[in-house]
Amino acid sequence: MRGILSWGGYLPHRRLDRRTITGIAGKGGGKGTRTVASYDEDAVTLGVAAARLALRHAPASPASLWFATTDPPYLDKTNATTVHAALRLDREAPAYDAVGSVRSAAGALRAALASDGPALVVAGDLRGGLPGGADESAGGDGGAALLVGGEEAGPVLAELLGAASVTEEFTDRWRVPGEAASRLWEERFGETRYTALGAEALKLALARAGVGADAVGALAVAGLHARAATAVAARSGVPAERVVDRLDASVGSTGAAQPGLLLAGALEDAVTGPAGRVIVLLVLADGADAFVFRTTEALAAHPVPRPVAAQVAEGAPVAYGTFLAWRGMLPVEPPRRPEPARPSSSAAARNAAWKYGFTGSRGDDGMVRMPPSPLDDAPALMADATGTVVTFTVDKLAYSPSPPVVFAVVDFDGGGRLPIELTDVAADEVAIGGRVEPVFRRLFTADGIHNYFWKARPVRGGEA
Amino acid sequence: MGSHGIRDRVAIVGMGCTRFTEHWDKGVDELLLASTDEAFASAGVTKEEVDAYWLGTAQSGMSGLTLSKPLRLKDKPVTRVENYCATGSEALRQAAYAVASGAYDVAMAVGVEKVKDSGYQGLNAFPIPNDGTQRTLTAAAMFSMVAPAYGRKYGVSDDEMRTVLARIASKNHANGARNPRAQFRKEMSVERLCSMPAVAGGLSVFDCAGVADGSAAAIVVRAEDAYRYTDKPLFIKALSFVAGDGSGLTDPAYDYTTFPEVAASARDAYAQAGISDPAAELAMAEVHDCFTPTELVLLEDLGLAERGSAWKKVLDGAYDLDGALPVNPDGGLKSFGHPVGASGLRMMFEAWLQLRGEAPDGRRISTFGDRSLALTHNLGGYPGEMVSFVSILGTR
Repeated sequence: MRGILSWGGYLPHRRLDRRTITGIAGKGGGKGTRTVASYDEDAVTLGVAAARLALRHAPASPASLWFATTDPPYLDKTNATTVHAALRLDREAPAYDAVGSVRSAAGALRAALASDGPALVVAGDLRGGLPGGADESAGGDGGAALLVGGEEAGPVLAELLGAASVTEEFTDRWRVPGEAASRLWEERFGETRYTALGAEALKLALARAGVGADAVGALAVAGLHARAATAVAARSGVPAERVVDRLDASVGSTGAAQPGLLLAGALEDAVTGPAGRVIVLLVLADGADAFVFRTTEALAAHPVPRPVAAQVAEGAPVAYGTFLAWRGMLPVEPPRRPEPARPSSSAAARNAAWKYGFTGSRGDDGMVRMPPSPLDDAPALMADATGTVVTFTVDKLAYSPSPPVVFAVVDFDGGGRLPIELTDVAADEVAIGGRVEPVFRRLFTADGIHNYFWKARPVRGGEA
Repeated sequence: MGSHGIRDRVAIVGMGCTRFTEHWDKGVDELLLASTDEAFASAGVTKEEVDAYWLGTAQSGMSGLTLSKPLRLKDKPVTRVENYCATGSEALRQAAYAVASGAYDVAMAVGVEKVKDSGYQGLNAFPIPNDGTQRTLTAAAMFSMVAPAYGRKYGVSDDEMRTVLARIASKNHANGARNPRAQFRKEMSVERLCSMPAVAGGLSVFDCAGVADGSAAAIVVRAEDAYRYTDKPLFIKALSFVAGDGSGLTDPAYDYTTFPEVAASARDAYAQAGISDPAAELAMAEVHDCFTPTELVLLEDLGLAERGSAWKKVLDGAYDLDGALPVNPDGGLKSFGHPVGASGLRMMFEAWLQLRGEAPDGRRISTFGDRSLALTHNLGGYPGEMVSFVSILGTR
């Protein structure tokens, strides 16, 4: 029986207080917060962050990779290959995009559950809309990753008991490629359709799993139509206290990442409980997809490096104006410095192990070099190495999509020094001796080429 | 194997130097013509009498054509050289070695840079295609990391360090104020410099070198021929150049309080010139004050102060125009700005003026008449990854 072998959920550091929206946009807002991807994060980096958490204690390497998002950094070019490179996956492990709709994430999960070998389902998404709009306020940014496989790959933590899918064509929400915000049909229409579809898929899946609604320990309903999700849960027969919090108040609706993120949270809740808990994931998107899992004895022994709940509780505020600037909604004066040139594709391809995989080299003299030296024979994997700030500076003159540049010389544990940009940090927060960890980010975009590389960020409470 | 140098085999017999400033009305051609005309006149030669040319420019032109076209040089070898901020000095080294080899009787080194045409502030590195993983920091920020590292190692408080750096800037501004070729000719008080807002680390804009266009030139001949051209030649005692291996960026042992490349090139230069106590033997030094903390560290790396002591000597005025060893008597990069290809030769031009007693009134070094050796120094790159050039010139 196949099921979940490991998982990871990732929430960006920044939080937008929805109450700050109205004062500037004149409308919108509401209560609570939403997560905000930093200026150097996109769907790919959010997915990579989640996948790194999923793979930290994974029993097996992925034999295939699916990447789902509604906000792909690239069209034509596969985004999943960037994720693949950042995770240093085997070159024989194929990587495919599933982009465009929230349903892509459900489809990727179905494909992974039906495939051979361990399959990694990665999702990353940035959700928003026009300033003051409901989607801007209700949206959230995040990443999720699920490693799916069978017993032969390692202990299954939650086995799939049954799944069902219903598909319908109707236009509730739509967005022409290139547009910043999606548009919505009258709300009650979508609510009615999704409520019916969700109930149908749930009933089919529970029947296939041989489980009654009253036996469901956790029901997670993902989907961009929040009212429909609430209505389906209310009509499901699953007691209200077992319905998983959609995190609308703290995180927002994270699009293609939401199914994995809610499932990750439900699995984390089940780690300390008895085995045999039934967890249902229902995704409402252009139909409905339902997955019924049951946790196993192995779950209790599975380490969770950064629980979703802990990440929800962390974070630092971001001003609404900064959020708008990061999203390109508020053009701000660029630094009076030349914009960086586009990275060379051929140079990037040659140096992919360094640029994407953060792989240095270790020489016969024992020294770790970053970037790697052709004179050294041994690779040095630096992505999981933490380090200490030796010295640092704050550069208000350098070009950055969000100045100033905070920069540090970092000595990594186990060897290796690198002068590296810091991120998710306030300039007055950096100190010599501070502990940092590498993160995969998008440095800038030039000529439409996204320049991905690694930065470092402070190791914060709740992190491994 | 060994670095033997060309001590006393080659002499500079003519020099020229434009004002370094925002030359909005002059291009590379005009700047080159201005500095070379002055150098030709200084040595009393025509362009035809110069057998070979070396042009130093980092990014204001490619190939020898950058010089041969504006000067209308016919059938002459003209070589363009580049070595970061040591580019101008490197041109002189090539010209001098060519004469020392016997290949040419008369050679010219020219440096030029047109920086202000970029439309940006500061220097801008040339766009070599790369994988996009290089740091995007400004040089100011990279060199700013030297100040706290030095302060920690030698117990200099942040406030003291702020004063030391302002003292360096104030000294160089005071010297530049007396120099008609300098871009900035205004004195700046330590108090005012200390109150400037930081833009990169703890550095303010006034801890940074200016940005300017400019050109400088030198004519070299065999030492035995020197007095045919001038009665006050400068003899080349040492030319040393080191390109670091970049290990400072990757080696945890590097502590940002020293530039090993500079120390190595200084050792080599002193050996070539036969100098054992530079602080006592040199009449002056022109050092690469791209940023104020750079000058502080250079004083120690060049052996002009004991390790950990330069900051006190700066405060004591040891490197002032009337101090024990004047440093940057012309105002330095601080007052001149830094047209990359020209700066090294600009420094030698100051040695040319000072050692020959031709520095303008009010700007003569205190050591004039007592000592006959001058040091010039450039570095290029960043802490941990740099090139360094040291020359020693003398009148005897």
